[in-house]
Amino acid sequence: MAERQVIVKAEVGLHARPAATFVQAAAKAALDVTIAKGSGQPVNAKSILAVLALDVREGDSVVIRAEGEGADDLLDQLADIASAP
Amino acid sequence: MNTLTGVGVSPGIGFGPAYVLAVHADPVPAPGARHGGDAGAERDRATRALEQVAADLEERGIRAGGEAREILNAQAMMARDPGLAVEVAVLIDDAGVTAARAVYEAFGGYREMLAGAGGYLGARVADLDDVRDRAVAVLEGLRMPGVPDHAERPYVLVARDLAPADTATLSADVVAAFVTEQGGPTSHTAILARAMGVPAVVACPGALSIEQGAPVLVDGSSGLVRLAPSDDEVAETTNAAAARKAVLAAATGPGTTSDGHAVPLLANIGGPRDVAAALEHGAEGIGLYRTEFLFLDRATAPSGQEQESAYLEVLNAFPGGRVVVRTLDAGADKPLAFLPPRGEEANPALGERGSRLFRTNPEIMNEQLGALARAAARSSAKLQVMAPMVATAEEAAWFVAACGDAGLPSAGVMIEIPSAALRASDLAAEADFFSIGTNDLAQYTFAADRRLGALTMLQDAWQPALLDLIALAAAGAAGRGKPCGVCGEAAGDPALACVLVGLGVTSLSMAAPALPAVRAALSRHALDQCLLAAQAARAAVSPQEARAAARSHLPGLAGLAL
Repeated sequence: MAERQVIVKAEVGLHARPAATFVQAAAKAALDVTIAKGSGQPVNAKSILAVLALDVREGDSVVIRAEGEGADDLLDQLADIASAP
Repeated sequence: MNTLTGVGVSPGIGFGPAYVLAVHADPVPAPGARHGGDAGAERDRATRALEQVAADLEERGIRAGGEAREILNAQAMMARDPGLAVEVAVLIDDAGVTAARAVYEAFGGYREMLAGAGGYLGARVADLDDVRDRAVAVLEGLRMPGVPDHAERPYVLVARDLAPADTATLSADVVAAFVTEQGGPTSHTAILARAMGVPAVVACPGALSIEQGAPVLVDGSSGLVRLAPSDDEVAETTNAAAARKAVLAAATGPGTTSDGHAVPLLANIGGPRDVAAALEHGAEGIGLYRTEFLFLDRATAPSGQEQESAYLEVLNAFPGGRVVVRTLDAGADKPLAFLPPRGEEANPALGERGSRLFRTNPEIMNEQLGALARAAARSSAKLQVMAPMVATAEEAAWFVAACGDAGLPSAGVMIEIPSAALRASDLAAEADFFSIGTNDLAQYTFAADRRLGALTMLQDAWQPALLDLIALAAAGAAGRGKPCGVCGEAAGDPALACVLVGLGVTSLSMAAPALPAVRAALSRHALDQCLLAAQAARAAVSPQEARAAARSHLPGLAGLAL
C-alpha cells in the first residue's frame, strides 16, 4: 500500500474547487483510493460527499493511500492537488 | 414594517418588482414507501434518475459558464457519488424502500454531517438538498420549481434560498437583485451574485413575506431591503450608487491626498498569478509579495533558479516600480515538509516562525536572498526585501546585514510584534524601511489568536491600542528619515486608510480589489483632515468610537457612500 502525507495549503481547505478537482482526479483512476484526515478513518477518495464531510481545513494534514499498478503516479498527482495553495 | 435587514453579500443597488419563488414544496417520499419486490429494477431507476440529474446540472453549467459551471459540476459529482450509490442500493435491497425514499434517506446522512459542521460546509446543505430534490422529483414524476429567465423589466428574485441550478442561467438583464431568507456570505447565491455583478442580500428574515410583484429596493452593501419605497427614495439611492461607481471608476493614477501628499498605493500578492489583478486595479507596485507559497506545499525546497524566475516574473510586471518581497514566513505556524520536525510547539504563533526560522536555517535564507539579488539584477524594478516577525533591533541589524552580504540594496522589517513598534526608533536605525502587518500586530497586541472567530472583536484594526502602536512605529521611522508602510487588512479600509496616513504611514498595500475605493477616499481629503481624523481616532476608547470620531473629520466618505 503506497501512501502520501501532505498538508493542505488552500485557504478554503479541501472544500469547493480543490475538493472537486481532487475527487475528479481520483474518480478517473481504476484503483481504489482513500483519503484520511490526520490519523482518522480513511474514506473513499472518489466520493465528493465523503471528502467534503472530512471537513479538511487549511493547515490540516491528510493521508492518501492507493494500492496496485500506477499507485505511485496517482498518489503524486493527488498529493499535488491536495497541497496546492 | 417597511424595511427588512439581512447580510449584504454583493454590493450595489437593485430595484424592481419582487418575484417570490414559491417555498420549495420539499417532495418528501413517505417513510414507509416500499417497492414492488424487484430490487434490481428499483436500483436501476435510482441510478438512472441520479444520472439524469447529473447530466442536467452539467448541461446547465455549460450554458452558464464561468464560476456557475464549476459549482454545477460539483453538484453533478454529488449526484454521481459512489458512496451515495452504495447507500441507495443497500436501502433498496435490505429495507425494501422505493428508489425515491432511498435517495431521500441516503442524502439525509450527508446532509446532517454538513449542517452539523456549519460554516462553509453548512452552506453546502442547500446545494445537496437541491440535488436530492431534483432526483426525488424525477423519480416521482414531479416538476422542479423554476425561475423566469426573461422579464419585461428586471425583477428582484426573492426565495428561501437559491440553488445554483436555478440561478446559473440568469443574468443582470433579468435580475435586479437577489434576496434570500437563508444563506450566508459563502452560499452560492452570494458567489454567483458577485460573479454576475448583481446586488444580493442573504440571511434576511421575513423575506418570504414580501408580496409577489411588490416594488423592492435592495442595498447589497448595507443589507437593507426597502419595501414599497417612494419614488424619491429610489431615485436618491440609485443616483448615489451610480455616483459612487463613477467616482471609483474616475479615481485613477497614483495615490495622493487632495492637497498633493503622495501615498503610494501597492498590492499584496502571493505569487505571479496575482499580478494581473494588481495591475488591473492600478497598483503602483507590490507592497507585499508573500514568498511562502513557493515553499509550503513541497517535499523539497525550491531551487534558487526556480525562485529567481518567480521573483523576476513579478519584478518585470512593474518596470521602474517598487516590489517589496517578504522573505519566507513559515515555521511553527506553517510547517515546511522539507525541514526536520522540531517537535510540537504548544503555541505556534509564539514560536519559531518567520525570521526566527530563517535564522536557524541559514542555507534556506542564503538561497532565497541570493535568488532575490539575481532577479533584482535582471530587472528595472526597485526590489526591496523585508523580514517577518522581527522583535528587536538586534534581529533587524542581523537581517539587514544578511541582505547586504547578498548584495540586496534595500532591507526592511515587518512591524508585527509590539516590542518592535515600541522600540521603532532603534529598529529604524538599522532597517531601511518598515512595513506594518496589522493582522499579526493585533494578534500579539491583544493576545488574541487571529484564527479564532470568537475573538474577532480584538482583531478590529480600529482598536485604539493598535492605532497607538502604528503611530509609534511611524514616528520611530520618521525620526530616522525612513518610510513606514502598512500592508495588512487595515490598509484596504478607505476610512482607516486616511487615518493611517494621518498617523504618519507613508504607503499602503492591500488586496488589489480594495485599491480604487482607498484611492478615491484619499483623493477627497487633505493631509490635515487625515491628521485630525487620526487624532480623533486615537482619543477614542473603543473601535466603534474611533470609527465614528475619525469619520466626522472625513466628510468626503459620505459622497462615496462608504
